[in-house]
Amino acid sequence: MAKNRFTKTNFLWLLLIIVSYFLINLLINIGIINKVYQTVMLTIGINIILAISLNLIIGITGQFSLGHAGFMSIGAYSTGVIVKQMGGNLSSVFIGMAVGILLSSIVALIVAIPTLRLKGDYLAIATLGFGEIIRIVIQNMKITNGAAGLVLPKLLDWKLVFLFLVISTFIVVAFTNSAPGRACISVREDEIASETMGINTTKYKIMAFVIGAILASIAGTLYASSFYVIKPDNFSFNKSIDILVIVVFGGMGSYTGSFVSALLIGILNTSLQSFADIRTIIYGALLVMIMIFRPQGILGNYEFKFSNLLKRFNKKEARS
Amino acid sequence: MLKIRDLNVHYGVINALKGVSIDVNQGEIVSLIGANGAGKTTLLHCISGIIKSTSGTIEFENNDITKKNAKDIVAAGITQVPEGRRIFKGMSVEENLLMGAYLRKDKEGIKKDLESVFERFPRLKERLKQNAETLSGGEQQMLAMGRALMANPKILLLDEPSMGLSPLLVKEIFKIIIDINKQGTTILLVEQNAKMALGIANRAYVLETGKIVLSGTGEELSNSDEIKKAYLGG
Repeated sequence: MAKNRFTKTNFLWLLLIIVSYFLINLLINIGIINKVYQTVMLTIGINIILAISLNLIIGITGQFSLGHAGFMSIGAYSTGVIVKQMGGNLSSVFIGMAVGILLSSIVALIVAIPTLRLKGDYLAIATLGFGEIIRIVIQNMKITNGAAGLVLPKLLDWKLVFLFLVISTFIVVAFTNSAPGRACISVREDEIASETMGINTTKYKIMAFVIGAILASIAGTLYASSFYVIKPDNFSFNKSIDILVIVVFGGMGSYTGSFVSALLIGILNTSLQSFADIRTIIYGALLVMIMIFRPQGILGNYEFKFSNLLKRFNKKEARS
Repeated sequence: MLKIRDLNVHYGVINALKGVSIDVNQGEIVSLIGANGAGKTTLLHCISGIIKSTSGTIEFENNDITKKNAKDIVAAGITQVPEGRRIFKGMSVEENLLMGAYLRKDKEGIKKDLESVFERFPRLKERLKQNAETLSGGEQQMLAMGRALMANPKILLLDEPSMGLSPLLVKEIFKIIIDINKQGTTILLVEQNAKMALGIANRAYVLETGKIVLSGTGEELSNSDEIKKAYLGG
């Protein structure tokens, strides 16, 4: 089966990307999206990258990881340190990103090989411990300026975040639809059956884990160069939970769900900002409600596809 | 074809298999019967490389496969249909079948085998795009068998294919097993349904608490008093 890359649906995706790019650009230029909203937008974009990369590990491969903030901090601090050393220009951000990717993939491998033999709760605890180790190491190093953190210049605008959001989404979707991606889904569904099919389950778990870690590190780089200050506390256990909440809220295994829930949670957090006291209460109550009424998340494992939309459109046309 | 000698498996301190030796010859149906906890599934998992033995050897076509990993064992031509079907629930019937051919690269061969699976299990073709979770128990068993056949195995290990199926469906599944065997696939069948398993077997072994206690042709064992008493209900 030769794959045609110039299909109608691929074209529609490209169109959607271009249209949304120009739409955001227009809204910023005419002032509807002001400085505050731009910050919210950046947060949402970075959170989407974090959520889809964690979704690859948890939703697609079924490995419960709680150390995602650890990989994010590796990316953020690699960038932070290099920007500090080289002076703030855009190329230092990219060098930082590359170093972050390299470091996080090495660390992910070291963490994955022993821990991915564990299952369920044990894996969660092991990855949680790993995230805390990273944070404490950063807190005690000189080059990272300890608990005070690093103050960085703002080096990129929303366009780069948008670009990396598109790239990350492409990577996770393409991986999930590839043969190794299918193997990951089979590992999630049944490890023994996968092994009897000759699938090396450990290998695919590690693969998904490393790809997820790399994308989290990229998100960390974007975070470091968008928000002026990085501190070890930004990447605590709470951050991992925040990302997990986005994934579970949107639906494990649905990238569309991660997009929708990162957007909703981002908007919710912003609109509740003036009620700081009750914000966490409303947030918590909402989560409890979701878990009671839609335990599979907002979208379950539904995935938005243009091909489905086209099919429905064609049917309607045929009927009328 | 498959030669197992003095196989020992431990789960912690529990000795699940105590020196098991069995042979499966090319073209045979060999049944392995025994009660719950006798070690039948352990033996199959050990052959498939999912769990490791503590001592003993497994030879397949004169190659030692004792220490090989699950992937190489499937590539060598041994595929297991695991107990309780274990189909991939989030996937369609078609995707499940294609997972069976995961290690294969020959697209033509895969296509051909897919057609022959459809011929053998027409119901799977009707439900091709359906989520595998929505299939009935019998259909799931068929899917699990079809999926294993997609690996184009030389020997098929079947773990309790009759589990949880109605007598009529059990008959149908056993008919299919005989048919698969006639087309050249050797079969090692693990069953609690002793009557059916002995009925179609060329040879059979009885496993009790990790040891082979009896062996013989299917007919011999069906007529043995001990077996009648313990497994066939008088």
